[in-house]
Amino acid sequence: MRSMIHVTSSPHIHSKESVKKIMWLVTLALIPSGVWGVWVFGIRALYLIIASVLSCVITEAIILKLRKKPVALNDGSAILTGLLLAYNVSAELPIWVICVGGVFAIAIAKQAFGGLGRNIFNPALAARAFMMASWPTYMITFKAPKGVIDALTSATPLTNIKHNFGFVNPGYMDLFLGNRGGCIGEVCIVALVLGAIFLLYKKYITWHIPIIFIGTVGVLSWAFMGNGLFTGDWLFYIMTGGLVLGAFYMATDYVTSPMTKNGRIIFAIMCGVLTFVIRKWGGYPEGVCYAILLMNAAVPIIERHTKPKRFGGNAHA
Amino acid sequence: MLSKSFKGGIHPDYSKNLTKNLPIKTLDIPDQVIIPLVQHIGAICHPVVKVGDQVKAGTLIAESEKLISAKIYSSISGKIKAIKKAEHPVIGSCNAIIIDSDKTDEKETLTGDYPVKMEDFTSQNIIDIIKQAGIVGMGGAGFPTHVKLSPPADKKIDTFILNGAECEPYLTCDDRMMQEHSKEVLKGSILIMKAVGVKKGIVAIEDNKPKAIEAMRTSLNEIRDTRYELRIVVLHTKYPQGGEKQLIKALTNREVPPAKLPFDVGCMVDNIQTAYAIYEAVYNKKPLYERVLTITGDAIKEPSNLRVRIGTPISYIIEKCNGAKDSLAKLINGGPMMGIAQYIDTAPIIKGTSGILLLSEKQVNIKEPDPCIRCGRCIEACPVNLIPIDIARAAEYGKFDIANNANASDCIECGCCSYVCPANIELVHLIKHAKRSIQCDL
Repeated sequence: MRSMIHVTSSPHIHSKESVKKIMWLVTLALIPSGVWGVWVFGIRALYLIIASVLSCVITEAIILKLRKKPVALNDGSAILTGLLLAYNVSAELPIWVICVGGVFAIAIAKQAFGGLGRNIFNPALAARAFMMASWPTYMITFKAPKGVIDALTSATPLTNIKHNFGFVNPGYMDLFLGNRGGCIGEVCIVALVLGAIFLLYKKYITWHIPIIFIGTVGVLSWAFMGNGLFTGDWLFYIMTGGLVLGAFYMATDYVTSPMTKNGRIIFAIMCGVLTFVIRKWGGYPEGVCYAILLMNAAVPIIERHTKPKRFGGNAHA
Repeated sequence: MLSKSFKGGIHPDYSKNLTKNLPIKTLDIPDQVIIPLVQHIGAICHPVVKVGDQVKAGTLIAESEKLISAKIYSSISGKIKAIKKAEHPVIGSCNAIIIDSDKTDEKETLTGDYPVKMEDFTSQNIIDIIKQAGIVGMGGAGFPTHVKLSPPADKKIDTFILNGAECEPYLTCDDRMMQEHSKEVLKGSILIMKAVGVKKGIVAIEDNKPKAIEAMRTSLNEIRDTRYELRIVVLHTKYPQGGEKQLIKALTNREVPPAKLPFDVGCMVDNIQTAYAIYEAVYNKKPLYERVLTITGDAIKEPSNLRVRIGTPISYIIEKCNGAKDSLAKLINGGPMMGIAQYIDTAPIIKGTSGILLLSEKQVNIKEPDPCIRCGRCIEACPVNLIPIDIARAAEYGKFDIANNANASDCIECGCCSYVCPANIELVHLIKHAKRSIQCDL
């Protein structure tokens, strides 16, 4: 009998999934949207993406080293945070600002809470909120998409509405394809949806959060964002801003969303309601980021009230 | 029927192709058997033989006067060599009766005052002979069958379920039994129904065993007994469908409440080989001293379905199957989801051993756990609606009161949560730890 035999608790076989694989495939799903962002906003968008990823990865490495933890950069989580952070900013943002954002995302929003799996707030969104509070002018200066010749900078469609510049619908097709002002990774709906279909097919995300989130925003916008009740241009509102990016890739972040199915449904509805409230009455044109962050904080209480029913718990025997 | 199922569960790689088409072979009798005195849930047996005694296959060697226990018979003819502590495949070690073979294989049958004709057997006769034959649940748990078939008078059983799900990956012995001994298994089932006085019976088989379904259908038509309404239900293959509570849920939509038993919801579930053993005891007066198991995995040279005597050392079975491959990394008593890893190959097979699994390094895939990323897969997969990670975390920090509040004791240890966990967290290991600690505290 060989002595090299392993003795462990059951089960003795395991699915092929791993944290690393999940992180890398989510990163893969995000690539088309980034490629489009670089295409419409120019090479500067690529520099920002690279700077953001590097800033996150280096910060992660340094802090893991300081915490005397194994420096597991290949789990892909810091790269994913860096990518999402860059997708959430304007291509006009100074490089140093995104570097500070990357440090904040990893050092404060993630590692200060205990690292991977322990953070309360989505690191990329927390960093975005931090940058928004610290350098608002940089954050809301958007570059016009390629093809709009006589403008170097342009307001996003939602900003136009917020500042009473009027309701300017650039056309559903342009919204869908991404010919509009906005953040690097949020503009091209078709690329984001393609990546999301891949993630849904791989069962890395379920439909609950994204569809209910977007659906809630759609219904509320249809009801209240028009000139009269139920006249709102709901299709415009679900395609503008960071809603599609946020709903499919940020609100579904495992770590900062509820683990139970019912919890996810409540989380998604409330994200939708808050997004609508901020867009309609808030000071910012865009509400997705704050809606998700606020709901991140509510996850523990949602989970406490959405525990699965005990097996056999209702039966009378 | 197709809609019937239970919540949660997984679809692992079943790997049943290794053995599902191999007929059951009878393994040669080993030179020595090690028969542990604990092979069932309940009181430990006391030897009724002494060192040096001559025994036959089917000689009573140990029993207990306690209510919940099961008699133990010699599985070979020969001489008692020793009664001492020996390896046990489930509990590590316990006292065992060691018998040296005299190679004659003489047999002894059950004696007793039983009716000659089958029709004259009363319900009590059947339960008595099951008790005398030392039959226990052969799916693994090993609860004494005569106790199970005598539920308290206030529990009305209306449905008997023959568990042919065999949901554990790799194992095919029940599949083969249904193909090769369908009539005996069905007759055994009818005996159980007669013993507990139930008219309605369901033979539950998963749809990955088409040949077994076919064979059972054919035999059921042949032996059609109009007094009993026995029918075959084909279930969608999903692990752990063969778990009692999951099977009852899938077939009858009844949920067995926490800490309750199937009879609390009017059901009685028995394993294929238990039904077969009952048939053998009643029709052939044969006590339980052998069973059919599957020896399989990617690290055994000749995977097989074998009829073996209780007490045969695992090492002997491996040797008879041309030995283990060099790639062997894990030796398991049972299936890959719930089986018990062995640290040594000298333990014997017992009444509840349904398989021996030899896995290579590639299959075992031992990795360090990553941090939990709260993906919720363990919750989705749990068939008893637990939040496995919450219990595991509480156990990790020794907070057993929290684990208890999270209903750790409901866990059936099916392994689904650990199987799906992308972070490789040993959830079952931690939950088992919590369960044992909670039990000790109570």
